[in-house]
Amino acid sequence: MGKAPRPRNGMKREIRRYGSIALVAVVALGLPQVIRAEYALHLATIIGINTIIVLGLNLLMGYAGQVSLGQAAFVGIGAYASAIVAVKAGLSPWLGLGAGVGLSGLTAAIVGVPLLKLRGHYLAMGTLGFGMIVQIVLVQWEKLTDGTIGMMSIPPLAIAGYALESASSMYYLVALCVVLAVTLASNIIDSRVGRAMRAVHGSEVAAETCGVDTARYKLQVFILSGAMAGLAGSLYAHRETFIHPDTFGFHYSIQLVVMAVLGGMASIWGAIFGAGAVTIIGEELRQYQEYSTIIFGAVLIVIMIFLPGGILRGIGDLVGRIAGVRLRRVRG
Amino acid sequence: MIPSAPYLLQYLVSGVTLGSIYGMIALGFTLIHNATGIVNFAQGEFVAYGALIAISCSGTFGLPMPLAVLIAVVCVTLLGAVLERVAIRPARRSSVITLIMITVGASILLRGIAMKLWGPDALPMRHFSGETPMQFAGASVLPQHLWIMGIVLVTMLSLWLLGDKTQVGKAMRACAMDQEAAQLVGIPAARMVMLSFALSGLLGGLAGAIVAPLAMGLYNMGIMLGLKGFAAAILGGMGNPMGAVLGGVLLGVLESIGAGIRSEFKDAIAFGVMLVVLLAKPTGLLGRRAR
Repeated sequence: MGKAPRPRNGMKREIRRYGSIALVAVVALGLPQVIRAEYALHLATIIGINTIIVLGLNLLMGYAGQVSLGQAAFVGIGAYASAIVAVKAGLSPWLGLGAGVGLSGLTAAIVGVPLLKLRGHYLAMGTLGFGMIVQIVLVQWEKLTDGTIGMMSIPPLAIAGYALESASSMYYLVALCVVLAVTLASNIIDSRVGRAMRAVHGSEVAAETCGVDTARYKLQVFILSGAMAGLAGSLYAHRETFIHPDTFGFHYSIQLVVMAVLGGMASIWGAIFGAGAVTIIGEELRQYQEYSTIIFGAVLIVIMIFLPGGILRGIGDLVGRIAGVRLRRVRG
Repeated sequence: MIPSAPYLLQYLVSGVTLGSIYGMIALGFTLIHNATGIVNFAQGEFVAYGALIAISCSGTFGLPMPLAVLIAVVCVTLLGAVLERVAIRPARRSSVITLIMITVGASILLRGIAMKLWGPDALPMRHFSGETPMQFAGASVLPQHLWIMGIVLVTMLSLWLLGDKTQVGKAMRACAMDQEAAQLVGIPAARMVMLSFALSGLLGGLAGAIVAPLAMGLYNMGIMLGLKGFAAAILGGMGNPMGAVLGGVLLGVLESIGAGIRSEFKDAIAFGVMLVVLLAKPTGLLGRRAR
């Protein structure tokens, strides 16, 4: 599943890391100053929510080399936990948010122990099966989830009595979460855990021989990615105020993996690019109605053939090639 | 509640029928996996196209049934070969995950085209030889059940003969073991990969054409059938043809019994049992070692 990324060393790494985080923060928080259209902010919020999930998936797939085809299930658990706490129990939406993150993390911990013993395609199938079962439970546990009707009138999050209902206020909350997620992810990547993860990706046997507790690190990353998906699910539920089990099915899981791979694995910017590209392409294609899925499929095939390392690396290679050509010309 | 004996036989009949379809789809996964190491997410669309083309040929164009099935199978075989040539071969040096994403793209594309060509409604198809059920020890068996089991059995036997007794089959198996070594002794490995896609198309197309009278044809029917086929291949042990068939039949019977207990949970039961089996044996029932 691709090469594990090489660790960067020295001061440069620190500068690059904080530079990246600062750049994400400036772009994310400054965006509403540039675009004011409600629709664009709505789109940016969805991209932000997807980015949080894909960042977790990227840690899991790109760095630790473990595939998940059931990530949408964690988003669903987060969304439903949040909605049930707020609607059925009538408690504060913030408690719902906490429950969403906690429950999806806990679920990841419980199913991760047995599931992560599987490898490669078997792990893919195992997570896929888990996702199917979660979706069936969401549909059938009607007392709690209202089944196929979906859960309605989920209250928005509120800060000091001020409800985060407007497009921009919710956008800022999501943007803040993205910045936090990016900070967390980049700190992990450059830490001891990050090195262990890359070792697991490179060769699990070699990592174990060197004394890396591979099972523990894999589980930790799995829990983290599950909790991040749960956070995104809670944010989604309180933003949309309506959730339906169909949203969190196999389709969405695949879409999330597409985002991770299309953007470029083992890269924080890749996750942001992938979430952005797939969300925007999906929205833009809506105007072509029945042709939209045909075009989306074709676009995905073409990108993967010509930019096998993802959009981000593809652009990098292209820039490098143009620069390389220029250098050669100067020398020649 | 536990179903009583005559019901059990009934579940077994429909379960084995459904399971042999899953087994055929799983075999398609196995062939491509052995040739390339990837999971072909467009496998389910092969099945859908087999069903939809057979429905159009036998219904709209009024062709006789054997001809309709033959046309469907030939078309989908070609579709498999074209998919390999157009989308997989240009990227053959890419990583496994990139290639899998290409098949995901292909499945989305094919589903979109099917929706455009056949519309969003389920289409019926005539049974091969009537719909009068036969009574057999308290269970009623449709002629179509027998057709499916018979055709699947013949297909498996011919596939086994192809793989074991012919030069082409041996070349394919050599490629599955070690592509480079096979190439060194003069086997055209690239052509073998294309052949595995074509054969996968053949299996998927045939499965779709023979199950269509029972399941009806729908543009997105391939999603669930493809997933079940993948699950069957994993359950049996990815890469093992016998395992694929065994996994398919087992999954079909499980699902059928599950439907008898509570139909809303049939998929949860099927996937749940599959997970339990995987946890006990992480490489599937007949799988060798993890890669």
